[in-house]
Amino acid sequence: MDIFLQQLINGLVLGSVYALVALGYTMVYGILELINFAHGEITMMGAMVALAVIGALALAAPGLPGVLVLGAGLVVAIPVCVALGLVIERVAYRPLRHAPRLAPLITAIGVSIILQNVAMLIWGKQYIPFPAVLPQGRHTFHGAAITDVQIAILLLATAIMLMLILVVQKTRLGRAMRATAQSRQVASLMGVDVNRVIAATFAIGSALAAVAGVMVSAYYGLAHYYMGFLLGLKAFSAAVLGGIGNLGGAMLGGLLLGLIESFGAGYIGDLTGGFLGSNYQDVFAFFVLIAVLVFRPSGLLGARGVERA
Amino acid sequence: MTGHRLAWVMVAAALVAGCGDKPQQNGDQQVVLIGQASPLTGPQAHLGKDNENGARLALDEINAAGLTLGGKKVVLELKSEDDAADPKTATTVAQKLVDEGVAGVIGHLNSGATIPASKIYSDNNIPQISPSATAVAYTAAGYKTAFRVMTNDAQQGSVLGNYAVTKLGAKKIAIIDDRTAYGQGLADEVEKAVKAAGGDVVAREYTSDRSTDFMAILTSIKGKAPDLVFFGGMDPQAAPMIKQMKQLGMTAKFLGGDGVQTPTFIQLAGPDAEGALASNPGLPLDAMPGGSAFKAKFEAKYGQIQNYAPYAYDAMHVLIDAMKRAGSSAPAKYLAELPKTDYQGVTGRIRFDAKGDLAGGAVTLYQVKDGKWQTLETVQSGK
Repeated sequence: MDIFLQQLINGLVLGSVYALVALGYTMVYGILELINFAHGEITMMGAMVALAVIGALALAAPGLPGVLVLGAGLVVAIPVCVALGLVIERVAYRPLRHAPRLAPLITAIGVSIILQNVAMLIWGKQYIPFPAVLPQGRHTFHGAAITDVQIAILLLATAIMLMLILVVQKTRLGRAMRATAQSRQVASLMGVDVNRVIAATFAIGSALAAVAGVMVSAYYGLAHYYMGFLLGLKAFSAAVLGGIGNLGGAMLGGLLLGLIESFGAGYIGDLTGGFLGSNYQDVFAFFVLIAVLVFRPSGLLGARGVERA
Repeated sequence: MTGHRLAWVMVAAALVAGCGDKPQQNGDQQVVLIGQASPLTGPQAHLGKDNENGARLALDEINAAGLTLGGKKVVLELKSEDDAADPKTATTVAQKLVDEGVAGVIGHLNSGATIPASKIYSDNNIPQISPSATAVAYTAAGYKTAFRVMTNDAQQGSVLGNYAVTKLGAKKIAIIDDRTAYGQGLADEVEKAVKAAGGDVVAREYTSDRSTDFMAILTSIKGKAPDLVFFGGMDPQAAPMIKQMKQLGMTAKFLGGDGVQTPTFIQLAGPDAEGALASNPGLPLDAMPGGSAFKAKFEAKYGQIQNYAPYAYDAMHVLIDAMKRAGSSAPAKYLAELPKTDYQGVTGRIRFDAKGDLAGGAVTLYQVKDGKWQTLETVQSGK
C-alpha cells in the first residue's frame, strides 16, 4: 500500500509537469494546427534564465529567503520566455501561415535546434546545478514520502491550470481564442484581431513553459541545454494522448502519462515475474499511447473538428 | 598441405612486412621510433598531452641513461600523433604510425579510439600498450599485440561487487544501470561479483543516460529494502538519483563507478552527495609507489599532472624493458617478451595476464566526506 501510494505521488508530480508543458503544445495546435516543436526548448530557456538570475542574486544579495529568490527567477524568466515565444511566432511561423503545413513544422524544428545551440553557447555543455532554494522538508504518511518541492509543484500546477481554464472560458480573450480555433476567417470577419490572438496564445504557452522549466529544474536540482528535448517529447505525447487541441485533454494526458510511467516502471518487473524490466518503461508508455490512438484517433478527449482550444 | 603452404606464405609476408620496419641507421647509432597516440586537440587535449608528456619523460630518461640492444647503441625517438579521441581518426593515425615504421605504440587514450586502432597494430604485428583504455572489449578481441597497464572495467566491477558485500556489509543489493555499454558492462560485473561473494541482488532496474526522474524505480527498489544501491552510469544521472533516494527517505548506501567519482557529482548533488561511495581504477598519485618522485620529475618539466601521465610513463618503460630482454627492437622478437613482463613501475608492479590485461589491477574506493572525495582504500583485483 505504501509503495502504491508513493508511486501515485511520483506519477502525479511527474504528470502535472508534463501537463503544464503539454498545455503549450495543445493551445498552439488548437488555434494554428501547428506543432510547435520549439516549445520544449522554451521550457529549457525558462530554467536557464531563472538559474542565471538566482546565481546573480546569490552573489549580489546573499541571505535572501529561498522562496523570494526563486520568485525573482520566475519574474525574470516568464517575460523572457514570453518575449522569446512572441519573436519565434513573428519570425518563424507568421510568414509561413499560408504555406503548406509541412513548412512551419520544419521551421519549428529549426528553431528548436537554434535555441539548443544558443543555450549551449551561453551556458556551456555541462550540467548546471540548480541551488536548493526551496525548503527541503519531507512529510510521510502511511509510509509514503512527499517533499515540500513536490507539494509546491502540485499546487502551482493545479492553480495555473484552473486559471487557464477561467481565462479561456470566461474572458473576452478566451472567447476570441475559441473563435479563432473554430475558424480563423470567420473570426477575423467578426472583428477578432487574429494576429493578436495568436500572439497571445504563444505568450501564454511560453509563460507556462517558463514556470514548468523552473519547476523541473528546482525539483531535479539541475539544468542542461538538452533538457527541453525529452521533456518536450513526453509532453507532446501527453497532448496527443489526451487529444491535441483540447485543454482538458492535455491535463488528463499529462497526468495519465506520468502515472503510466510511474506505475509501469514500478510494477512491470514484478507483474511479469522479471520477464520485462524497467528498461521497458518508455515502451509501456508509448504502447498505451498507440492503443488509445487506435481506438480513439483524436485522443481521449479530442473533439472531432469542432470546439478546440 | 595447403594449410602448410598458406602458413609459409604468411611467414614470408611477415618477413617482407618486417623489412619496412627496419630501424633507420644513423652513423653507428640506431634510431628506433616509438609511436604515441592520444587526443592532442579537442576537449580532451589536456589529457592527451599529459599522456604524451608521460611517455616522453620515460623516453628521454632512457635515452639519457643510454640504451644498448643486441650490442648496438640505440637512440629512441617519439612519434606523437593526434587521434582527436575519434575512432575514425584513430585508425588513420594508427596506419600512419605503422607506415612510419614505429617499433611499438603507447596509446591510445580512449577505449573508443584504442579498440579500432588495435586491429591495425595487430595486422602489422606492432605491440601496443594503452595507458588508459578500460573497456573490456579492447583485449577481448584476442590480439597478441594488445596490452594495457590500466585496470579494466571488468576488474573494477568485480572489486566493487565484492567490496559492497564483504567490506560494506551489504547483504541485499539493488543494481541500476543506464543501458550504455559502460554502465551496463560495469553493472553486469558488479552483479556477478555480488553473487559470488554471497550477496543477494534484490532488484535490477534500468534507466537511460538522459533521464533525470528515478522516483518510480527507486520506489520499487525501496519496497525491497536493500542495504546498498549500485549505479552503473555517469554523474548527471547519479546526482539526481541520490537526491531522490534522500527524498524517498531511503537509508541504503549509494555506490558507483568511475563515472560517478567526479567533482561534478558533488557539485550537482550538493549536501545529498555526503556519504556516497565510488571507485576509480588505479591508485591516487600520492599512493603510488613512485608517485611523489614522479610528480617532482614531471612537474619540473611539464607542469601539473592531469591524470594518466604516470601510466604512459610506465607503459613506455615496460615496452623498452621487453626490448632489452629480447636484445632487439624488432617487434617480431620482443613481442614474445612482453607477456613475461614483471616490472616495478611508478604505478605499481606491472604484469600481464593471458589477454594482455594488467594482472591484479588496483581499484581505489572513495567516499564523499565534507563535500570532497576522500580516499578510503585501494583494493587489488583478482583477490
